[in-house]
Amino acid sequence: MGLTLSWLSIIILIPLAGLFVKSLELSPEQFWAIISSRRTLNALRVSFGLAFAAACVNLVMGSIIVWALVRYRFPGRRIFDAIVDVPFALPTAVAGVALTALFAEKGWLGAPLAALGIKVAFTPVGIFVAMIFIGIPFVVRTVQPVLQDLDPEIEEAAGSLGASRWQTIIRVILPSLAPALLTGLALAFARAVGEYGSVIFIAGNLPNVSEIAPLLIVIRLSEFRYADATAIAVVMLVVSFVIIFAVNRLQRWAQSRIPAR
Amino acid sequence: MTIEVKNLVKKFGSFKALDGVDLKVNDGELLALLGPSGSGKTTLLRIIAGLDWPDSGDVAFNGEDALAQGARERHVGFVFQHYALFRHMTVFENVAFGLRVQPRAVRKDEAAIRARVKELLDLVQLDWLADRYPSQLSGGQRQRIALARALAIEPRILLLDEPFGALDAKVRKELRRWLRSLHHEINVTSIFVTHDQEEALEVANRVVVMDKGRIEQIGSPDDVYETPATAFVHGFIGESIELPIQVEGGVIRLGDQPLALAADGLAPGASKLFVRRHDMLVGPPGSGTFEGAVQHVRNFGPVQRAEVALSGGETIEIDAPRDRELRAGDTIGLNPRRYRIYAGA
Repeated sequence: MGLTLSWLSIIILIPLAGLFVKSLELSPEQFWAIISSRRTLNALRVSFGLAFAAACVNLVMGSIIVWALVRYRFPGRRIFDAIVDVPFALPTAVAGVALTALFAEKGWLGAPLAALGIKVAFTPVGIFVAMIFIGIPFVVRTVQPVLQDLDPEIEEAAGSLGASRWQTIIRVILPSLAPALLTGLALAFARAVGEYGSVIFIAGNLPNVSEIAPLLIVIRLSEFRYADATAIAVVMLVVSFVIIFAVNRLQRWAQSRIPAR
Repeated sequence: MTIEVKNLVKKFGSFKALDGVDLKVNDGELLALLGPSGSGKTTLLRIIAGLDWPDSGDVAFNGEDALAQGARERHVGFVFQHYALFRHMTVFENVAFGLRVQPRAVRKDEAAIRARVKELLDLVQLDWLADRYPSQLSGGQRQRIALARALAIEPRILLLDEPFGALDAKVRKELRRWLRSLHHEINVTSIFVTHDQEEALEVANRVVVMDKGRIEQIGSPDDVYETPATAFVHGFIGESIELPIQVEGGVIRLGDQPLALAADGLAPGASKLFVRRHDMLVGPPGSGTFEGAVQHVRNFGPVQRAEVALSGGETIEIDAPRDRELRAGDTIGLNPRRYRIYAGA
């Protein structure tokens, strides 16, 4: 217990406290001026908005992938199962370079998309794509074990009671998976908000358009405006915390409807 | 509702789970499918429910082809061995599930659903648990809720797959009696699968004994116990002594010893002699069909179970009343009060 608390404090709480202390060097007016500047607000909006959108896409697509991996036996299933972990393991810069090459105007996917008038690389769409890429394993890996534990008999029971396939999914399967789905969503979101390496390559980093908050922090640091950087960091921290807390509550509520076995 | 199964075959890979099964279930009957694991009894039940499909053969409900319908259309109540309750729903919602998923045109209104669920919970005597979750119930309670849930849709047939298999012995006995009286009350054609002979004989009107994907015998509990049709049934139901014998020229031999048993009408060749343990009567040495030396004796309430080495070399177990105490080392004569002989080794 004592060890756990001291370790948590050293690893997590003390650095966070340091961040707050550093931002106290600013007066409230200065702090407000920094975070309410157009560039900061836009960077935060890009980071959180796209991260949330990407997490939602991952939630849906991740669920479908999990379903296929758990419920179907097909050749190469193990390989696909391993591939899911690639975004975990790949250095984020490598992912960024790969995605940029792929989606650049002359890239494999970028060229046909450009012909359709869709520009991915060096736009917010590129950030979105990168965030989906790095977030997908979080959903898959949190939901997979829970779905594996879900007894196929409960689907048969629902069917023999007259439920259609759709009713079975909506009323039986999804509620049983809800806590795991929410956890996966939260993790994918948190990862996307904090993502730096893969995003900056593909983003184009145009202030107010495709500049993410973590990048703005780095820019401020390189300009030796440490207080500005910490102010933005504090805002990110607080917003992230609020969102994670909300998801946690939601998850607790979902879990309370499925008491422990 | 009658059920008719004709020449059903089902294979899993090279394993024949069902190998040509024919069965007729009468309206309102409570039928037991009894057999060891791997005998195909659960597969047969799942095919009747529409949860599995046969490779060939027919299933008809009241003369109507049931294989043309999926599980959803068949209107069959199914109770699973491990309950398969919905963990995220209260007991009340579990029971109401079948009513809530009905097509809008025939769905009952909320008040009617509530009334029906209440009625069912009363029927299984668990109305006080309506707001609990399945994880808060005991095994016996869960199975009763699973039964109430299956009955909610007013099934034409009730199918139970090892319904008491996961419960402890005492609860199992209670629920057996309860299921019997419940069936008496609702009178739905019911089939239950079990590997427990006592359960089958105690609960069912008729018992179907299965082995290796085939039906060995269909009959009343008395029939299958008193007049087993095959060596398998005799060995599976009740405690039996099994001895390999030879029938030759009107004489029965055990090893090289002729036995003083009538061989009339028996086909010559290797056969098996079956005697119930308690039908082997103990007498003084030299008085019986068999001679043997008592090896061990253990007492089970009203009977003593003795391991006896026969002079022919086989060792058998007999159940004798305790009016005459047996001791290890005693030499005794044994006389079968009743016995059956089945041709084939």
